Parts: sequence; structure tokens; C-alpha cells
Amino acid sequence: MNNLEYIKERYNQLPSINDLNGLGVIRQKAFEALNKMGIPTTRHEEWKYTRIGSFFNKEYQYQANQSTVSANELSAVRLPGYEQANEMVYINGRYSPELSVIRSKGLTIQPLQEAARNEYKDIVSKHLGHSSNYLKDGIMALSTAFVQDGVFVHVKKGQIIEHPIYIYNITDARQANVLAQPRTLVYVGENAQVKFVETFNTLGTQESFTNRVIEIVVEKDAITEYYKIQTDASHASQVATTHIQQIGKSYTHTVTVSLNAGLVRNNLNIVLDEQYCEAHLYGIYLQQGQSHIDNHTVVDHAKPHCESNELYKGMLDDQSTGVFNGKIFVRQDAQKTNAYQSNKNILLAEGASVNTKPQLEIFADDVKCSHGCTIGRLDDESLFYLRSRGISESTARSLLLHGFAVDILEQIKLAPIREYVDKLISERLEFDLA
Amino acid sequence: MNNELSAIEKTVLSDYKYGFVTEIEADEAPPGLNEDTIRFISAKKNEPEWMLEWRLKAYNHWLKMQEPSWANIKYDAINYQDIKYYSAPKQKKKVNSLDEIDPELRKTFEKLGISLDEQKRLSGVAIDAVIDSVSIGTTFKEQLAELGIIFCSISEAIQEHPELVKKYIGSVVPITDNYFSALNSAVFSDGSFCYIPKGVRCPMELSTYFRINAEGTGQFERTLLIADEGSYVSYLEGCTAPIRDENQLHAAVVELIAMENAEIKYSTVQNWYPGDKDGVGGIYNFVTKRGICQGAHSKISWTQVETGSSITWKYPSVILKGDHSVGEFYSVAVTNNHQQADTGTKMMHLGKNTRSRIVSKGISAGVSNNSYRGLVHVGKNAANARNFSQCDSLLLGDKCGAHTFPYIEVKNNTAVVEHEATTSKIGEDQIFYCNQRGIDTETAVALIINGFAKEVMNQLPMEFAVEAQKLLAISLEGSVG
Repeated sequence: MNNLEYIKERYNQLPSINDLNGLGVIRQKAFEALNKMGIPTTRHEEWKYTRIGSFFNKEYQYQANQSTVSANELSAVRLPGYEQANEMVYINGRYSPELSVIRSKGLTIQPLQEAARNEYKDIVSKHLGHSSNYLKDGIMALSTAFVQDGVFVHVKKGQIIEHPIYIYNITDARQANVLAQPRTLVYVGENAQVKFVETFNTLGTQESFTNRVIEIVVEKDAITEYYKIQTDASHASQVATTHIQQIGKSYTHTVTVSLNAGLVRNNLNIVLDEQYCEAHLYGIYLQQGQSHIDNHTVVDHAKPHCESNELYKGMLDDQSTGVFNGKIFVRQDAQKTNAYQSNKNILLAEGASVNTKPQLEIFADDVKCSHGCTIGRLDDESLFYLRSRGISESTARSLLLHGFAVDILEQIKLAPIREYVDKLISERLEFDLA
Repeated sequence: MNNELSAIEKTVLSDYKYGFVTEIEADEAPPGLNEDTIRFISAKKNEPEWMLEWRLKAYNHWLKMQEPSWANIKYDAINYQDIKYYSAPKQKKKVNSLDEIDPELRKTFEKLGISLDEQKRLSGVAIDAVIDSVSIGTTFKEQLAELGIIFCSISEAIQEHPELVKKYIGSVVPITDNYFSALNSAVFSDGSFCYIPKGVRCPMELSTYFRINAEGTGQFERTLLIADEGSYVSYLEGCTAPIRDENQLHAAVVELIAMENAEIKYSTVQNWYPGDKDGVGGIYNFVTKRGICQGAHSKISWTQVETGSSITWKYPSVILKGDHSVGEFYSVAVTNNHQQADTGTKMMHLGKNTRSRIVSKGISAGVSNNSYRGLVHVGKNAANARNFSQCDSLLLGDKCGAHTFPYIEVKNNTAVVEHEATTSKIGEDQIFYCNQRGIDTETAVALIINGFAKEVMNQLPMEFAVEAQKLLAISLEGSVG
């Protein structure tokens, strides 16, 4: 079946648009855009190295039955430090209020449908789907067209949310293939502070495809940290779009960790839309088997005096493929911009490959911008140095690779999460932390 | 020897002073492109049947293709039926055109004239001058022939060395390669051909001088250069065009083939008319240049100084097929006023232990846009491939743009690939330092730019280096302060 036809059919099965008030218009527009653009193919410049078409030739459950995931199953995937944390749980892309626990004050979490009607309706209509202007492809439109049980997160002005918000995306693929489309809109109020940690887990052995979109709007003087940790099974694939709009002078810090899965595409878009914004982007990917990791980042310097700093590091083993595409835009107004970008890759095996494209588009002259990228293997001299000191080859390799990863690990500011990720990476590298 | 050279110089320069005396009507094809145009060109050139067939095949393929739109450039659609595809040199209507043009531009040409004088003084350069796609003369032919070197126009080569042309033409840039190369394959009217036999080191620089002369024409020349085992050649290419309000299309194809242990050094100083200050007129320079390191230990080096053309769209590439082969790309691209450049290179590493080096310097001024677009591809079998790329951009003025699109694809884990790029403007402290020592700002900027571009300039043969440095200064005149 033509995959677009299939999606259309599913769309028409959704509850009628009239039920959804303000959201209806946004959904309808997105659906039209999807019809026009379709699912991106490798002919699309932004998808040159990543094929997702085949995921849409399959039968999926678009509207999986509500939670069959028990509290026990949830506890198996919980992150360390959850006792104090706020927890948001999505099952097959739909928010589950029963399993979620919100502890902090000043934090409002409610269905998008509701927020679109109450006091937050201006925020929702202004910012929901905003990122589709920046990602002109069908996959974003697909998410927006199917917004149903999306969530709106509001961090109150001046509120410092001390404990992190853990977001668990659980896909229950025990009975059938599942297409999950979690959708979240976050609004961080003036002078507020908040930290997010997001993970993905698939239960069962059927295939799962996640098309997740999160949009974060950051107000004046706010600080937002965002950690995406991806350790899912190899029959789970995803396109994850994170769109951050810094509308006041603010600070954001993101770390994207990708350790497994069939195909992972991370779109991270940051718009620095006010003077004196600062954005830090870090990423690490460690792939094996046939997996495919694609990190697309866009940093859009729209206003003067902003700074962005980006470092992505990757290790690719077996037949895995890595893609990195980093774009930095500096608009004509954005004088006095500092923008740095770096991408480093190590190829560990003969069949591994990497495609990288660090891209600069600069329209202002009083700027300092640089980018760099390297691709290579482990340095023979360093290996020799360690081996000459009686360290076995395998230990020497894992020691060096762990050292390579440390730069990024250090950027995870939440201690329990840092230790957790370090443990995952060390296990993979057969590196003994002790 | 010098007399001979200056005769060519005169022919080349004469456009500004005398124009050419040749038949007018008979040597021009009417505007428009169809099979008849191609038959006309082919018949004009008295070409063998296989050549005509090849052209028609290219044309039929071209009809099925779409003009590419991925480049970071903007221009009004080209009407391919408005272009004259064949024009032999003819007398110009305005004999004293030099006196009637904008004095500011005349000054530019005077400055250019000096640099050509410079070339005149330096003997030992064999030139093939191509005007409006027709080769008007090749110097030093006999002397080169003694060594077995064939250096002539491609039409001559088709007549006299059909076996070589047939074997190599389209072998590096096939007719199906891209829109403009397909067009070129269908309608090319002339160009240079060069063959260096085994073990011969070409004793002099070979040079082609291209010039678009007639109005409403497109220039489609084809260059084919073959360096057989163990040979060496250094090849220079220069281009100019008169000032016109219309946009003229230049779609050339250059193919280089380096056999085992051979080395080709190809240098270009591209100074097509860039259009006036408001972006009216100028040449669309849509060129396909590609070389193949066919044999082991071969080397191809591209050096280019791009100052002209209203739009430049070219990616001199090297296919590193032979083991231990080396590819190099050195480029300075300058854009001013409304110029647009989308240029870079492709290094395709296929053989083992292949190396490549890319140094690209972009300078943008006025409201121009300058893009570097490059591909470094390391294939599965290209063990120990090594690449280093450096792309620096300098912005002069706050309305211009500098863009970098480096594509890096690595499929072999023993490869080492590095890429770095920076973008900045000239530091106020640097200008201040010069001012302090009595150097005015404009000279200081020229000084700094020359320093910025030095790494590439050093790669040029001496004959060109002098000209190129002056060109840099002319292109950017008045863009600062």
C-alpha cells in the first residue's frame, strides 16, 4: 500500500477535528503539509544519508491501546535518582497520567488539548508546531498532524525546579508493530530553571518506530538542561526532533547520548532569538551491529551577541553508520556572534562508515565562527605507549576510547545520570571503571 | 621566440584595439539549440561520424535532464534557445570600444594589460588561444612535437588523432554526468587537446587563453589532457570577456588523465567579466573539471584563482583511482558586488594509500555570496587514505555571505580525514598596526588579503602568480573603507 495513503487513512480515523478546538487548525495545516511533502527520501538534502521510507511500508498501530504497562515493568526502566525526580511516562506515544509522578511545585503538566483551551492557549497556539518552519520535511508534519495526547509542560516564572524531570518513552511492541508519536511542548518561564532527562525503551520483539517531537520555549534569564539518552533495542528506530527556541536572553545545555537502536535520527534545532543567548550542544554516539545514527543540528543565530558551542563525538563499530550534519546560521543582524562546532569520529571496524557535513552559513561579518571535524582510527602511538607499559591491547583500546568519551560525559551535570551513562559506555567498551 | 609569442599576445589583446578580420556571416550559427545546430557545428568542423553521434547522444540525454538547483546561487532562468552555439572570431562592430566604455572599467583593463605584458616578457610559455570557442592558434607546436607532445585545438585532434580523442573523451566526465557537461558535450565547438607521451617532462608551461568575444554567444570549450606514464605537465588557463549588459553562459568541460607516475598541474586564473556594480551582466561560469589519477603514484593538482564571473559554479575534482596517488586543490575565490560563487572540489579516494589536500580561501565583499562546497569520499577499499581540508573565509563588509558545505563520507576505518574551517573579518588591530606604520587602509587590506591567500598563490606558476595578485587587488578595489 502506498504509505502516504495508509497514513491518510489513519488520520481520518482520528477523532473529528471539531473536538479539538485550537489544535484542530494546527493539525489540519500539518496534515496538508504532509500531503504535499510526503515522507522524506534520500533525494531530500537533509535525508541524504538516512533512509526512513521503509519504516512507512509496514503496518503499524497508530493508536495503540492505552497502557498495558504495569508499574513493575516501569520500575525496570527507571533512571537512578527517580525517588526525588518528577517522572513523565509516555506509553506508545501517549502520556500516561496514572504512571507519571509530579513532585515539584511550580510545574504544571497537562494535556495539550486542555492547554489549548485554558489560560495557556496563547502559548500553545504561538509555539506549537513552530519548528515545522525550520524543518521543512514531512516527518515533522506527520507528528503535528497526529497530535492527540500531547503534553504541555509549564515551568512557572522564577521557579527553580530542583529535581530533574525524567521522561520515559515506553513502546509496547509485544503484540504488534507500533508507531509512537510522543509530542511535548515545554514553556520555561522567566528566570526559571529546569532539567530534563529522556529515555526510550521498547518492550517485546515487534518493531517500533518513534517519531517524537519536543518543543522547548525558553524565556528571559531561564536555564534549561536537556539530556536525551537513547539505549533502546535494535528493532526500535526513531526520529527525535528537539526544537529549542530561546526567546529571551537565556542559557541552554543539551547532551544527546545515542548508544543503540536500529536507526536513530536526532534533529536538534536551537534558535537564538534574543541578544546574549548562550547554547551548548554536546553529543556522543557509540554504535555497533547494523545500527545507524544520524545527528542533525541547527544553530540559528538570529540576534547579535550570542554564543554557541557544539561538540559531537562518535565511535562506530561493526557495520554501523554514523551521520553528522551540523549547521550554523548567522543572520545578517547577528553581529558579534561566536559559534564553534566540532565533530570527531573514530571508526573501530572495517565495515563502519561515517558521513559528516559541518556546515556554516554566515551573513554577518563581525563574527568568529569555526568548525572542524576529524575521522580516523585509534592512534597507533598512544596504543603503543600503553602496551609498552604492560597493558593488554584490549584494555589499552578501551582505556583510550573511554578517554575519548569523557569530554562528553563530563558535560552531564546530573551526577546520578552521568554515572549511569558512564556505566553504559564503559560496559560497551569493556572498560573497567574501577 | 619572443616575436611569436607577442603575435599571439596581439591576437589575444587585439579585441580591445582592433578586433578580428574574418568572414562574419558564414561562421556563426543562428541562436537556438536543436539537432540541426549540432549537425551544423559538427559539419563546420568537418568531424567524423562518431563524433557527431556522440554529440547527438549527449544532446538527447541533455533534453531529459533538469537544470540543477541545489547550488547556493540565484539567477534568472537561462533560455537555451537564445544562445548562439557557434561563433568564429569576427570583426567587432565597435572598433574603438575601449574608448567608449566606462573609464573605471578601462582602468581595470589597463591594469590587466600590464599583467599580460608581464607574461610577454617571460618566454617559454606555449599558448593555445581560444576565442568564442574557436582555437585561433597554438604556439610552439613544432618544438613540442619534437618531444612527441601533442598540443593543439581539440578540433584538430579529432582530425589528426582520432584514436586518442575517441578513447579518452568523456572517460572522466561522461556525457550523462550533469546538465552542463551534457550540454557541453553536445555543442562544444573547440578547446585544447594535449597529450604528453611516456616519460616526457614537458619543458614549458602549456597555456590556454579563453576569451568570449561575440555578443549573445555561449562559450563551450572542451579541454582534454592526457599525461602518459611518468610524464609531467604544467598547464595554465586564463580567461577574459568583454563588458556586456547581458549574461553570457560559459559551460566548459576539462578532463585530465594521469597515468602511472604522471603528474599534472593545472592552474586557472579565471577573470571573466563579473558584471557591473549593480550586478548587471557578467558571465555565468558553469564548468565541470575533473581529473583521474588512473595509475599508481600519479598526481593531479588543481590551483584556481577565481575573481571573475557573475556566477561561478565549479568543482575541480580528482578521482584517486591509482594506489598512492595524490590529489590537490588550492583555491582562492573572490566575490565582490553582486557576484556569486559556489565552488569547491571533490576528492574521491578509491585506491590504497591515496592522499589529498584541500586549501580553499574565500573572500567576500559587497553584497556577494561565496560558498565552499566540497566532498571528500573514502571508498571501502581506500585503505590508509589521508585527507586534510582547510576552508577559510574572510568577510569584507556586513552585507556579504560566506558559506561552507563540506561533505565527508568515509567508508574505510584506516582513513584519516580532517577538516577545519574558520570565518572572520579583518581584525581592526591588524589594520591599526598597518596604519600606524603609515600604510593606508586600502593598501593594508590588500596586504592582509594577499597574506590570507598566499598559501594558494604560492602554488601558481610564476607567470600567473604576478597576474593573480594584481587581480585580487583589482577585484576588491573600493570594497573597504
